[in-house]
Amino acid sequence: MNWLAIRAIYHHEMDRMRRTVFQSILSPILSTSLYFIVFGSAIGSRIPVIEGVSYGSFIVPGLIMLSLLTLSISNGSFSIFFPKFNGTIYELMAAPISSIEILIGFVGATSTKSILVGVLIIITSSFFVKLEIAHPFFMMFFLITTAVTFSLFGFIIGVWADNFEKLQLIPLIIITPLVFLGGSFYSINMLPVFWQNVSMFNPVLYLVSGFRWSFYEVSDVNVFTSIITIVCILISCILITLLIFKKGYNLRN
Amino acid sequence: MKNKKYIHLENISKTYKDGFRALENINLSIKEGEIFALLGPNGAGKTTLINIVCGLVYSSSGQITVNNINFNKNTKKVKSLIGLVPQELSLEAFETVFNNVSYTRGLYGKKKNKVLIEKILKKLSLWGKKDTILNNLSGGMKRRVLIAKSLSHEPKILFLDEPSAGVDVELRREMWKVIKELKKSGVTIILTTHYIEEAEAIADRIGVINNGKIILVEDKNKLMQRMGQKKLVIDLHDSIRSIPSELSKYNLKLSKNKKQLIFAYDKGSNDTKITSLLNSMQKINIILKDINTRQSSLENIFVNLLKGTKA
Repeated sequence: MNWLAIRAIYHHEMDRMRRTVFQSILSPILSTSLYFIVFGSAIGSRIPVIEGVSYGSFIVPGLIMLSLLTLSISNGSFSIFFPKFNGTIYELMAAPISSIEILIGFVGATSTKSILVGVLIIITSSFFVKLEIAHPFFMMFFLITTAVTFSLFGFIIGVWADNFEKLQLIPLIIITPLVFLGGSFYSINMLPVFWQNVSMFNPVLYLVSGFRWSFYEVSDVNVFTSIITIVCILISCILITLLIFKKGYNLRN
Repeated sequence: MKNKKYIHLENISKTYKDGFRALENINLSIKEGEIFALLGPNGAGKTTLINIVCGLVYSSSGQITVNNINFNKNTKKVKSLIGLVPQELSLEAFETVFNNVSYTRGLYGKKKNKVLIEKILKKLSLWGKKDTILNNLSGGMKRRVLIAKSLSHEPKILFLDEPSAGVDVELRREMWKVIKELKKSGVTIILTTHYIEEAEAIADRIGVINNGKIILVEDKNKLMQRMGQKKLVIDLHDSIRSIPSELSKYNLKLSKNKKQLIFAYDKGSNDTKITSLLNSMQKINIILKDINTRQSSLENIFVNLLKGTKA
């Protein structure tokens, strides 16, 4: 394993975050704070307690998942799309690095950024609402696996996209609706039965539900179903990414 | 003893997805420590060939060995020997020169070496710009950064794809100096170029590629000697109306201003007939003002090769 190359990619990507600290760190914290003010305080004060948890506290895991998914995908896709766009991808392809080493470097850095933001949102939210973490181990499990999985998913989008429109297409028209309709701001028990059944086809529901369970021990679906779902998505993303490298799809001619 | 087949390409072909056949059965051996210039018109296949050896493009068929290591069997080891300066000025926009060059060294699995990076940047006159953001550099400086990056992991082989594109004459000559120094240190250099002058100035051997096929590989000096024609230009003291009948047996041409006789001869021949020509001219009292010779350039040879005719 070429650890020095992995380290070089990791630090290179983390340097990008340091150069864009407002966009990478402060911006998601600011937008999450705004969600708390609007949903938690203004609207939340009119919504009754959900399964024993105040609305402000209830939405914390959903808000973290929202940021985690969108940031992981956008950072993951941008990290590989940008070298393709400006031509510096030649360096990675010409260097003696294996696909798995490139993946560890890029996805490691992207996941680190997302996890960092996730932790900062947890800290920020503790200023607004009363926060409990019933199962810290599972909370970290969901946080890390979701960050890694969706960083990989973003990486796949970044390889697939050959223009800026495609880069935004899947996050905007698929991921954002899935996150908003995946119980980030509500329990699916609040929906009519038909929409409850429809929601069961939304994979994000399982992530939000499992993550919320690790905080308050309340969930829309069984926590083990959530764990199996995230592991399945993770394995699928790893396999697709390795296939991309093997075939050289959109990376090598 | 130096390896004569340091880089060995055997039956390399490349057909792109759209059916375009960029390379056809390329067989080529590069000697260890030489400067090999690959010449060819646009779309001839130069960049595709370089990209295949550097691992940027998959070949459709064929074998590559570098220092007797099979590329497909030990790709990492082969890649670690190679440095590449691409044709395009592809650089991270917002990173500093020093960090970006160090990053490339890291990609090759080499430990940080500030002293070496400093030495490379100084050699390429970039040390004063080490903390400058890459986006703020001129085109020529960006080209030098690409060279610095390619040297950062101390490669044994250096591929330069059109290194002088968009570079002014002074910088081009500076780069030639660097390339010659690298050769002295034992680096094998393969360059593609549109500037025939560049190949003429620094290459040991020349390869000409056209329509995806290598049409010639030869020692530069031998090539110029074999295919290059020499011309003896004789300035006359007084103009003449036509070539005198006594000189008709020589391959002479009279210039438009009627004051120059041009004699084309084969430099490699045992009897160039220069002496007898000058004797004949003396006999018929033609007074000479000046004499000089001209060698046909590599460019003439290249153009004629592509036309399929001998210079």
